[in-house]
Amino acid sequence: MSSHYEAPIREPLVLGEKSYHDITMDIVKPIEGKANKNWYIAFGIALVAFMWGVGCILYTIGTGIGVWGLNKNIGWAWDITNFVWWVGIGHAGTLISAVLLLFRQKWRMAINRSAEAMTIFAVFQAGLFPLIHMGRPWNGYWVLPIPNQFGSLWVNFNSPLLWDVFAISTYLSVSLVFWWTGLLPDFAMIRDRAVKPFQKKIYALLSFGWSGRAKDWQRFEEVSLVLAGLATPLVLSVHTIVSMDFATSINPGWHSTIFPPYFVAGAIFSGFAMVQTLLGIMRKVSNLENYITRLHVEYMNIVIIVTGGIVAVAYASEFFIAWYTGSPYENYTYMSVGAATGPYGWAFWSLILFNIAIPQLLWITKVRRSFIWSFIISIAINIGMWFERFDIIAIVLSKGHLPSTWTRFEPTFVDVGVFVGTIGFFFVLFLLYARTFPVIAQAEVKTIMKSSGQHYKQLRDGKNEH
Amino acid sequence: MSTNKVIHALYNDDDVLMDAVKTVKESNHHIEEVFTPFPVHGLDKLLGLPHTRLAICAFLYGLCGLAFATWMTNYMMIEDWPQDIGGKPNFAWIYNMPAFVPIMFELTVFFAAHLMVITFYMRSRLWPFKEAENPDPRTTDDIFLMEVSVDDNEEELTALLNTTNAVEIKVIEKH
Repeated sequence: MSSHYEAPIREPLVLGEKSYHDITMDIVKPIEGKANKNWYIAFGIALVAFMWGVGCILYTIGTGIGVWGLNKNIGWAWDITNFVWWVGIGHAGTLISAVLLLFRQKWRMAINRSAEAMTIFAVFQAGLFPLIHMGRPWNGYWVLPIPNQFGSLWVNFNSPLLWDVFAISTYLSVSLVFWWTGLLPDFAMIRDRAVKPFQKKIYALLSFGWSGRAKDWQRFEEVSLVLAGLATPLVLSVHTIVSMDFATSINPGWHSTIFPPYFVAGAIFSGFAMVQTLLGIMRKVSNLENYITRLHVEYMNIVIIVTGGIVAVAYASEFFIAWYTGSPYENYTYMSVGAATGPYGWAFWSLILFNIAIPQLLWITKVRRSFIWSFIISIAINIGMWFERFDIIAIVLSKGHLPSTWTRFEPTFVDVGVFVGTIGFFFVLFLLYARTFPVIAQAEVKTIMKSSGQHYKQLRDGKNEH
Repeated sequence: MSTNKVIHALYNDDDVLMDAVKTVKESNHHIEEVFTPFPVHGLDKLLGLPHTRLAICAFLYGLCGLAFATWMTNYMMIEDWPQDIGGKPNFAWIYNMPAFVPIMFELTVFFAAHLMVITFYMRSRLWPFKEAENPDPRTTDDIFLMEVSVDDNEEELTALLNTTNAVEIKVIEKH
């Protein structure tokens, strides 16, 4: 069919001789089948980590945040580092589903579902940190603009911290409905196949009675497009506002006009790295090798090189400007000779190594198209981006304006425990998702089968290569 | 007269379905509904469905969000209880406005996105515990179903549908 034409030079996005029904079968396999031993082992480890985190959070709330390693000079430490790290990770999902939808990138369809799930689960983790940092999380609702008698009057709309409340809750809720709307046809597919009555009931409930009428699909596509248009500036705004938590303060090292674009690039960088990490495992465990191909990995790696490049240039610019001011104070910001040679030198060099040096390997085509290398590099970037936030917070705050206030931050076991707990919580959610949700947007993948499926491409090109 | 009768013609390919819809339309039969497992591009135009106005709704909802944010920041920060926060101007909303841009933006997106999705769910009758209405469970997998109303022309219609490469043709009595 000529309407399905796609240039033969484009590599296929779906491998193998797949019919529409084959796609259905591939997607429902992990849901209708039984979990294997590896899944239970991974889930067990994640659950233990999560429980440890819950314990540490309860200890923190019961005793007070004095059990953490922060002090009056380094008042933001591990918790805000982790908060920014998780929010950053939460950026790839909606970017993939929204920005790539607007640019009509078909390769997004294999990865958008899991990337959005990752986004939502990561934002859950991010939200925990400011809440615990309040010390009295039961007063968390004070950040909402509600009429009150307790003396705090209205919330302060001039504050970037309040902008954050609005940005992150909007981002979380909009990502959630975007994700869920896309899930409806896929839940309906599982519902209509289910033989166990309980399973059928659950998926009938989740699918909201989706029937797939022509009019429903017309609205579905329009809603997806408009949500993508709304979510695109939303994604960019969220990390812009997170960066303003720092940039609108008067601390040298934080008070920087390049923070918004630089943070957004860093967030996309780390988000795509986490997508690589998760899908690198998932394509094997859930047998999705025909859907998440080398080509997908390469495309994601290209995004990683571009955004990583922006981040590297931002570091260089920060370093140069700090030096160029000639101000001795600037010599203690996170990008300075003072930081590189000071007590936090190890953190500085970890950042340079993991975030700038190692990702450069992706310029090599062989590395960029290799599953195992992409996985290793993505882990390095995850570590590097954590150090970026740690450096920005701990190094800058450790050397304040008054030398008598200079201090160090040492994390306690509670700091580490809460962080490990959120990683556990994240994987608990993700592993449950992988067993119960359609992990690929199968309805969407079916639409590109005739244009980008390997089998159809070969039929159309009239030859059998590969 | 058996006006409650419909014919279900099932297809296993989107292109075959499109051709069938064309054929049925050309011979002036009324297509009640088409159920498909994924969005088939151009199907809505072929069926003559009017364009959806959800995008216009979203724009209007966004305006509501913007208006709400404007009212809220003005009422809370300027009228009800002005405070001196870092010397920012608190006597007129317009002077303090740059600090409110993020809130105004977020609420615009919040209102537009959520109210549009709610409108979509209401219009397409999608909500928890709603019973699905696709007549054949395979239509969410790989079967495309066209429902054509019968008006004392069952045989003629069946003959026509038989020429469209349908994999199954069923006459159904609707209640």
